[in-house]
Amino acid sequence: MENNPHLKQTPLHALHLSLGARMVPFAGYDMPVQYPDGVMKEHQHTRVAAGLFDVSHMGQVIVRPKSGKIEDAALALEKLVPVDVLGLAEGRQRYGLFTNAEGGILDDLMITNRGDHLFLVVNAACKDADFELLKAGLSDTCDVTMLDDRALIALQGPHAEAVLGELWADVSAMRFMDVAEADLHDVTCIISRSGYTGEDGFEISIPVASAVDVTQRLLEHPDVKPIGLGARDSLRLEAGLCLYGNDIDTTTTPVEGALEWALQKARRAGGAREGGFPGADRILGQFAAGASRRRVGLKPEGRAPVRGGANLFADADGKTPVGQVTSGGFGPSVDGPVAMGYVDAGHIENGTTLFAEVRGKYLPVAVAALPFVKQTYKR
Amino acid sequence: MLKFTEEHEWLKIEAGVATVGITEHAAGQLGDLVFVELPETGSNFAKGDSAATVESVKAASDVYCPLDGEIVEVNQAIVDDPSLVNSDPQGAAWFFKLKLANPSDADALLEEAAYKELVA
Repeated sequence: MENNPHLKQTPLHALHLSLGARMVPFAGYDMPVQYPDGVMKEHQHTRVAAGLFDVSHMGQVIVRPKSGKIEDAALALEKLVPVDVLGLAEGRQRYGLFTNAEGGILDDLMITNRGDHLFLVVNAACKDADFELLKAGLSDTCDVTMLDDRALIALQGPHAEAVLGELWADVSAMRFMDVAEADLHDVTCIISRSGYTGEDGFEISIPVASAVDVTQRLLEHPDVKPIGLGARDSLRLEAGLCLYGNDIDTTTTPVEGALEWALQKARRAGGAREGGFPGADRILGQFAAGASRRRVGLKPEGRAPVRGGANLFADADGKTPVGQVTSGGFGPSVDGPVAMGYVDAGHIENGTTLFAEVRGKYLPVAVAALPFVKQTYKR
Repeated sequence: MLKFTEEHEWLKIEAGVATVGITEHAAGQLGDLVFVELPETGSNFAKGDSAATVESVKAASDVYCPLDGEIVEVNQAIVDDPSLVNSDPQGAAWFFKLKLANPSDADALLEEAAYKELVA
């Protein structure tokens, strides 16, 4: 295997090669897109047993209040995200968005209250910009640190709890979006009950020095297989989850992106801390009046996958454009093509038939509820 | 006569008609196929035109027409079950039969040994 000198490597890079992974460039990293089992089997294994993903390319950021009071860090971060951070209890995690002055989305992230600091996980492609944004916005009151000494893996699927339970009995006490510290093989890890597959599962932050060891021991379990980026994408698409850069970006707002649930009551109109985040006027305006377009699920009626970038029309002749597909592919668990995209407000009702342009043909797709598979989070 | 292209297709040529498919190497690189679109019988293609499309979970790929000619038959079996292309790419999972416009054009294609060297 040749190493591409222009790409960064995660602490698990050599392990991927030893497992026979096919590597591809992703967000500046040389990452495994699939292992010898292939995308289809990896996807299905994650849905019936447990899949292990290397997500060490993502950014792990600590925000520590200079005052020592977590409330100060929470209120500072609330200036950058339309999320109720102050109301986030210790040991709990919440999905969030960095917004810009136009109400567009700069990145999506996970925010955890770790008692004396906030712990953030941000997308690999955005992590440098996010770090600058955080330093510029929070440095008066907080110390912002990008952790470069920790790996991050995800263990996802119905057997994930049992697998992790063999190393740490208390895992079964965790609920969806709980975060706890635990020793796995005598290595102190930060474990959250969350993920990006629609399955119950965990994300595990591990000190780099022990990352290969802990990962290899998890992979020794007969229920666990390594899963590449290919299946990670098909799993999250079936689960209706957004991929930053495809389904949400600076041109889409949280309301257009159907992410209203990520804005808790405290930050909405009439809430205790209404607004106060970049783009609040536009975003809260859309909350009240609706947006002109919305992200919806799209279920192609035939067998042909409809990919991101395909244009959508109200009619079978491609005369009336109504939107565009942002993510699409084949859903192995659905056993058919699945997609999502942005559609003009007049055409977003579930069951509406639209037509996607694929290789010069107009293929019928139905507006469909997300997710395409039942989420199995342990709430 | 069995020939190969640098675009990873095989051609079995009998009496001026080439049965065309993709090689084991290509099928392995594409991964599990979930959708196949074939050309219409009677349509004409020039060498290098996209004649068929195959899709894996992740991506769509073109299958190029290896020589000038007319499609005289297509293999519905791989449309009904795209996984056949992964399990038997150089046998039951042929794509189409191409009546060659100039049968002697095939002489310029790769012999099996040269193709194997290409993908080694």
